[in-house]
Amino acid sequence: MRIWHFLKYYLHDLRKQKKRAGLTVLALVWGTFSILMLLAFGEGLTRQLDKARLGLGDNIMIVWGGQTSITHQGLPRGRKIWMRPDDDKLLERLIPEIKHAGGEYHRWGVDLIRGKTVLSQHVTGIPPSFEEMRTHYPSAGGRMINQADLDMRRRVMYLGYELKQKLFGDEDPVGRLVELRGIPFTVIGYGQDKMQMGMYSGPDVDKASIPVTTFKAIFGDQYFDNMVIQVYNTDQSEYVKRRVYEVLGAKYKFSPDDEDALGIWDTVEGMKQFNAMMLGIQIFLGIVGGMTLLIAGVGVANIMYVVVKERTREIGIKMATGAKRRHIMNQFMLEALLVCFTGGAAGILISALACYLLGLIPVNSGNDAMNWLGRPTISTTIGVIVASILAVIGIFSGLFPARKAAGTNPVESLRYE
Amino acid sequence: MPNGNGTIINMQGIHKVYDTGKVKVDALKGIDLKIQRGTFAAIIGPSGSGKSTLMNILGCLDVPTDGVYEFNGERVDGLHHNRLAEIRNEQVGFVFQNFNLLPYATALENVELPLIFKGVPTKKRRERAVELLEKVGLGERVSHLAIELSGGEMQRVSIARALANNPSLILADEPTGNLDTKSGRAIIELFEELWQKGHTILIITHDPNIPQRTERVIHIKDGQLTENGNGAH
Ligand SMILES: Nc1ncnc2c1ncn2[C@@H]1O[C@H](COP(=O)(O)OP(=O)(O)OP(=O)(O)O)[C@@H](O)[C@H]1O
Ligand SMILES: [Mg+2]
Repeated sequence: MRIWHFLKYYLHDLRKQKKRAGLTVLALVWGTFSILMLLAFGEGLTRQLDKARLGLGDNIMIVWGGQTSITHQGLPRGRKIWMRPDDDKLLERLIPEIKHAGGEYHRWGVDLIRGKTVLSQHVTGIPPSFEEMRTHYPSAGGRMINQADLDMRRRVMYLGYELKQKLFGDEDPVGRLVELRGIPFTVIGYGQDKMQMGMYSGPDVDKASIPVTTFKAIFGDQYFDNMVIQVYNTDQSEYVKRRVYEVLGAKYKFSPDDEDALGIWDTVEGMKQFNAMMLGIQIFLGIVGGMTLLIAGVGVANIMYVVVKERTREIGIKMATGAKRRHIMNQFMLEALLVCFTGGAAGILISALACYLLGLIPVNSGNDAMNWLGRPTISTTIGVIVASILAVIGIFSGLFPARKAAGTNPVESLRYE
Repeated sequence: MPNGNGTIINMQGIHKVYDTGKVKVDALKGIDLKIQRGTFAAIIGPSGSGKSTLMNILGCLDVPTDGVYEFNGERVDGLHHNRLAEIRNEQVGFVFQNFNLLPYATALENVELPLIFKGVPTKKRRERAVELLEKVGLGERVSHLAIELSGGEMQRVSIARALANNPSLILADEPTGNLDTKSGRAIIELFEELWQKGHTILIITHDPNIPQRTERVIHIKDGQLTENGNGAH
C-alpha cells in the first residue's frame, strides 16, 4: 500500500469520528500508561529492594556457633561450639570457593564520648574484608579499617552514617577523637547513608566499628560472635555450607551432619527466593496492566467496525478494480495497528515523562513509602514487553473488523449508501 | 490490444436468485448469451429487468446461482474469489452510473487503483495513469480530488480507471445516467473511439440514442433475453 494514500485515509477516518477516535486513543494512552507505570513501579521497587539487600552484602552467609545435637567420636551432645579468632583464615584457606571469610565481635551498650555527648552504642570488631562483604563503603574523605590497623591494633574507629550524624552533625569527623572505655579512638571514616534490608545485628548506620584485633585486646573476647562468608558463585552456596560444616566439624569434633552445631543464615538462598517473588509481583502487575490495555483494544475493535461500515463503498470499489480479500484485510489491519501505535506511543512518552518527574523528587533514606515507590524505572525489558502487548492487541482488535471487511460482497457494497 | 476474433463471452442457462431470507428474487431466468470479441453492444430493458445483475455476473463481480459461464475461454462460474479478483483486475473494466470513485483520492490515485492491485511498480504506475488521463482528456486534472471534478470529468476518470490494465471487456452500467446531455454525448463518443481501437464494450442504458450507435442491442425483460439486435455475430 502506498503509505501516503494510506495515511491520508487513516487521518480522514479519524477526523470523521473525532469523538470516538479521541476516546479510543485516550483509552489506549491510558492503558499503555497504566501498564507501563505499574511495571515501572515494580521495577523501581525491585531495584530499591535489591539495593537495600546489597546493604547487607551480596552472596554472603552469616555463621554462628551452635550446640551439638549428635554424639560424635564419643563426645556427648549438647556441647556448645565456639568459633576462635583464626577460624576465618582456616575457612578461606581450605575452601577455595570462599572469596572472603571474616570473624566479628559485638558489644552492645558501650559508651562513646565526644565532648559533652555520651552515647550508649553498639560496637563491632571487624576485619577489612567487611568493606566488600558487608558493603562498608566509606564516604568521600575517609576510609574503612585496613590490614595495617589490624596488624598494629590501632585505635581507630569507623562510624555508621547515623551515628556520625549524632556525634558530629554535618561536620567532617575524620581525624577527630571519640572516647571508648576511656581510650581515645581516631575516626578514620564513616559509612554512606545506605539502605539495608537484611540484618543480623542491627543496622550498620548505627554502629561504631573498630579493628577486630583492637576489639579483642580491649574487651578480651576469646571467641567470635559470628563470621561472615562471601562466596564467589551463587550456585556454590550449598556446597560451601557443607564444606564449612566439614572443616569446622573436623576442628571442633562435631559431625558434619549435625545441623545444630552451627547456625548459618544463607542470604544467597534468600536472594533466589527474593528474585522469584519480585518476578511474581512483576507478572501480576503486568497482567493487571494488560487487562486495562485489553479494554482499550475492545475500543479499537469497535471503532474499526464503524470504519469498515463507513467505508463499505470504498471496499466495493477496490474489489471491483481487482483487490483481493487480503488487500482489504491488510488495509484495515494496518489501520488498527496504527491506532494502537498512536495511542501506545503517546502512552509511552507520558510514562517516560512521569518517571522522569518522579525521579526529580528527592527521596530521603528513611524507611518511608517514597523510598520504595519513588523510583519507577522503565527498563528495556519493560519497553519490549509493553510494545509486544500493544502489537498483539492491535492485531486482535484489527483482525475481526478486517475479516468482516474482506468478506464484504462487492455487489452489495457498491449499492450501499 | 484485446482484439481479434473469437468468443469472449459464452453464457448458457445463467440463473441468478437473490435470497434475502424472506423473499427469493429470480433476477435472471436462464440467460444464453454469446458475444464476440470487439463487439460494441447495448443492453436495454425496463427497470428491474436484471441488467445490472447480468453485468455483475459478466464482470465476475458476482457469481451465478446456476448455469455455465465461459469468459475468455475460462470457466468462471465457481472460481475461487482470488482468481475472480484477478480477472476483474486484468480483464474487466467497470464504469458505473454513480462513478464509484474514491472521493478523497485524486484523479491519478483513482486511476492507479487497478495498477496497484496488479502490483505495478510506483513509477510505471504513475506514468500509465497520467497517460490514461491524458487519453480521456483530463491531463490537466491529474491531481484534483475526485469530489472536486464535474460529473462528466468523474466519468472520464472512471473510464481511464477501467482501461488501466488494458482489459478485454469494458462494462458500463448506465454511464450517462447521471450526466447532462452534452457530457453524456461526449462519454458515448469516447466509448465509440475505444471500440474503434478494438475494445469490447457493453453498455447498459436507458438512453434511446445509444442503441442506434451500437452494432448490437440486447434486450432483457423480466430476467430473460428477447434479443433483436442488428444481426448477432
Ligand atoms: N442484492 C439484491 N438483493 C435482492 N434483490 C435484488 C438485489 N439486486 C437486485 N435485486 C432485484 O433483482 C432484480 C433485478 O435487479 P437489477 O438491479 O439487475 O435491475 P436493473 O435492470 O439493473 O434495474 P435498473 O434499470 O433500475 O437499474 C430486481 O427485482 C431487483 O429488485
Ligand atoms: Mg441497474
